[in-house]
Amino acid sequence: MQKKISSIPFKGTPEQEEKLKESIARHMDDPGAVMPVLQEAQEIYGYLPIEVQTMVAEGLGVSLEEVYGVSTFYSQFALSPKGKYNISVCLGTACYVKGSGDILNKISEELGIGAEECTADGQFSLTACRCIGACGLAPVITVNDDVYGRLTVDDIPYIINKYKNA
Amino acid sequence: MEMLNIKINGKDYQVEKNTTILEACHQFGIKIPTLCYLKDINEIGACRMCLCEVKGARSLVAACVYPIDREGTEILTNTPQIQKYRKTNLELLLSNHDKKCLSCPRSNSCELQQLCLEYGVDEVAFRGEETHYEEDHTTLHLVRNNNKCILCRRCVAACKEQFVSVIGANNRGFDTSVGCAFDQDLHNVACVSCGQCTVVCPTGALVERDDTDKVFAAIADPTKHVVVHTAPSIRATLGECFDMPIGTNVKGKMVAALKMLGFDKVFDTNFGADLTIMEEGTEFIQRVQNGGTLPMITSCSPGWVKFCEHYYPDLIPHLSTCKSPQQMQGAMIKSYYAEKAGIDPKDIVVVSVMPCVAKKFEIQRDDQGRDGMQDNDISISTRELAKMIKKAGVQFTALPDEEFDPLMAIGSGAGTIFGATGGVMEAALRTVADKLTGEDLKTIDYNDVRGTDPIKEATYDVAGMQVKVAVTSGLKNAAKLLDEIRAGKSPYQFIEVMCCPGGCVNGGGQPIQPGHVRNFTDLKALRAKALYEDDLSLEYRKSHDNPEIKAIYDEYLGEPGSHLAHELLHTSYVKRKKN
Repeated sequence: MQKKISSIPFKGTPEQEEKLKESIARHMDDPGAVMPVLQEAQEIYGYLPIEVQTMVAEGLGVSLEEVYGVSTFYSQFALSPKGKYNISVCLGTACYVKGSGDILNKISEELGIGAEECTADGQFSLTACRCIGACGLAPVITVNDDVYGRLTVDDIPYIINKYKNA
Repeated sequence: MEMLNIKINGKDYQVEKNTTILEACHQFGIKIPTLCYLKDINEIGACRMCLCEVKGARSLVAACVYPIDREGTEILTNTPQIQKYRKTNLELLLSNHDKKCLSCPRSNSCELQQLCLEYGVDEVAFRGEETHYEEDHTTLHLVRNNNKCILCRRCVAACKEQFVSVIGANNRGFDTSVGCAFDQDLHNVACVSCGQCTVVCPTGALVERDDTDKVFAAIADPTKHVVVHTAPSIRATLGECFDMPIGTNVKGKMVAALKMLGFDKVFDTNFGADLTIMEEGTEFIQRVQNGGTLPMITSCSPGWVKFCEHYYPDLIPHLSTCKSPQQMQGAMIKSYYAEKAGIDPKDIVVVSVMPCVAKKFEIQRDDQGRDGMQDNDISISTRELAKMIKKAGVQFTALPDEEFDPLMAIGSGAGTIFGATGGVMEAALRTVADKLTGEDLKTIDYNDVRGTDPIKEATYDVAGMQVKVAVTSGLKNAAKLLDEIRAGKSPYQFIEVMCCPGGCVNGGGQPIQPGHVRNFTDLKALRAKALYEDDLSLEYRKSHDNPEIKAIYDEYLGEPGSHLAHELLHTSYVKRKKN
């Protein structure tokens, strides 16, 4: 799947930038430094927007495109921030045959965002994930640490509302 | 050198150890098909077109990256099984390709199309999901159409070789596409417009912006006086578009063709090159004598200038303030020529034929032109000129030789060698040496700055002064010299930089040679040779000896570096962002 680029304004702090600079300095002379620095940058910022990738590129002396190419190749890297509530839809085999594809589409429709995206107000993000080991409850979604199983598409508005009003 | 006895298709041969199968086969007259392979810069074995069989190997091997390192290696290059694999590869590429060959600008020069013809593919052998991309028309110099991209990454390698790397492979698997960071348009990234990506693209995914219709329209407009001028290197390359041998000088036929196309005047940009030397030579002497910023770096190559502005903006003071020959020529056509001919410059359309696509960017730069007029109105590449000649039905190879039109007909040998790396430096040295010694020096071949080495340096004794110069081409090499300047360690007074490796003869607007020719032919050297031979054959070999150059200073500009010369022939630069 092609990675979606977030349009949510970047809000980095000087502390985060300091940490990123430390990470760059630590890996500066390593061959293939882009990978470990991006991993640490994602730990620091939660995702890898253009502002962060530009700092990585300039810090390591490589082109922004090279950094972006790596960040879009590996699924572990996110270009969108996580919302206050991250909804993860399991697309593992059991969930998928039990209709989690429809669940994903329904959530996407309710929130107006696609997978790997975040709502403009920063409240909800949506992730499609691999098997989370709760096949007995298929189809399963998680909202942060809460698990919801044996779902139908009709359950979705209720669940989302619960967090909207939380 | 260790030699190995090997067999290719059952026949005995001897090759040097570690020669690749591809190179060995080339030596023995067998062409192995390739799509992704570009010698030295893209040896990634990705496209799998060059699959061959090595007896004893577990599977077929990629000939382009397989070194022959064993005595008695037996290689098969053309079995029915190999043919089937290659055909399937092509059919898989076509399963996600737009296949609009009839309207494709690269039809007939497309390497994918050629291989499909050779292997007799079924173009709909595999039907499945297809990707669709918007075309990128945001830049002045090229058009990107990813629907024709086969992900060979030759453009990515060429861009990286230029130290620019604004394009790369993004996303993964079926979604992989070549593009810019964060899906930005080319217009928004620090692309230097060199067009090397268009020269190496095997398909129509990256092509120059076609401005030929604008030229045809101008010629057809009776209210316009259309003047064309052709850069030094075009004479050495245009013939390739008409299947003439690489390195054929077609100056006379080119002029004849331009006259048949209906241009009102056909001038030689070599005149503009000579003018550049007069101004740049004078600027160099002044910088040396008055403690100006050194080393001074040439500014003829618009891709190089844009690179400096994006990536080394702190070094802008080192750039010569001289406009490029294209811009000087245009400025003189709309002033000196317009006055002489009694034509309102507003009615003149100046068309330049350039080896370059960055020239399309250069013509609309700020601080060029005057009174709201550009110095040049349309810039077309060698390839576009060839297209015009073919469309007009002009039988190029059968044309008699004709001469450029007077006033800007004469270019010295110094002007003609501008088209090869080292040419501008040599041309400048010929003039600077005469000026400083006050003599008409007979030794004018500066062999140390010729040739296609990445960086050439030399020290010359000019009137008792030691002048240390460096010449480079290709931005990767230029970056080394620039880093030296930044570090305060540059020993040079004068540096020539050409954006494209080998200089203009290998420019981004030059005829496209397919991979199997590029990989085994020294295009730069063959094309440059034609220019150095042209230099030797000319009556005038120094810019300041050119009688038309003498006339323009006597009658119009005054002295080199005069107030009027500065107004018309010099320019300024801007700092640009890298990201």
